[in-house]
Amino acid sequence: MNERLTIKRYTIGFILSVLLTVTACLLIFIHDQSGHVIFTHPFLRVSVVVLALAQFIVQLIFFLHLGSERGPRFKLAAFASTIGIVLIVIIGSIWIMNHLNYNMMSSTQQMNAYIQSQDGL
Amino acid sequence: MKEEIADDKSIFGFWVYLMTDLILFSVLFGAYAVLRGNTFGGPAPRDLFSLSSALTSTLVLLTSSFTCGLAAIAAQRGKRNGTIAWLTATFALGATFLTLELAEFSRFVATGASWQRSAFLSSFFTLVGTHGLHIAVGLLWIVVAVIQVRLRGLTPATTSKLTRFTLFWHFLDIVWIFIFTTVYLLGII
Repeated sequence: MNERLTIKRYTIGFILSVLLTVTACLLIFIHDQSGHVIFTHPFLRVSVVVLALAQFIVQLIFFLHLGSERGPRFKLAAFASTIGIVLIVIIGSIWIMNHLNYNMMSSTQQMNAYIQSQDGL
Repeated sequence: MKEEIADDKSIFGFWVYLMTDLILFSVLFGAYAVLRGNTFGGPAPRDLFSLSSALTSTLVLLTSSFTCGLAAIAAQRGKRNGTIAWLTATFALGATFLTLELAEFSRFVATGASWQRSAFLSSFFTLVGTHGLHIAVGLLWIVVAVIQVRLRGLTPATTSKLTRFTLFWHFLDIVWIFIFTTVYLLGII
């Protein structure tokens, strides 16, 4: 801790963050303007997520100075284990909820009939 | 030296708080990811969100993160007026961000897209609202920090407090990047 902060480091981090944000928006903007012709939806989804992860790493390094502490890296260790929990919570929720009975029926009519009979909705 | 170790400890303690806060947000992200399709015949993400307003909020918050870093640098170099000036800039940008968010919320509610409309909107308002609440707390923190720096100057205690505020503000910026991407960008695509 208490490492010397530099304006240069913050400026690089800021410029990279703005570039990554604007790139993500630009991809979607081009897609919309072209009448949904340029870039496929799966490509857009993947590139937007990749840009967000890149920005995550940029901000961790340039703004939160992760990995530059002196001595034992307790901050980094706490961070790594938290990311583990976060991934389990998010991926686990999506995985379980997508495999519930409601979502395993073949058609919407069947699903509505099932929900009506079970829950009276 | 003793002071530096105490400072290190308080910063690590605050870091652990931020990590638990990250888990709070991950639960809300998980709920949103699961419920985003459950619109119950109401508006879907694509009908509500606009690219330009999401981009504006993001750039405002990013810039506030930058000015907050500049305040920390000014504090470390013992420049009292510089610290107060950059903190004021951070406050102005943070307040702008919060105003934009509240304007968006009231626009949604006015068109009938309130948190009571569907599971998607409930999880949307919870996730984005919790982030907004953190920003509001951060704004209050800036006010307190500016008053303390004015009254006491840049003592080790006020500087340490500023370091923790900087961590908090950068952390909120990182959480916003994920809200911006998963809620707004992926919602619009």
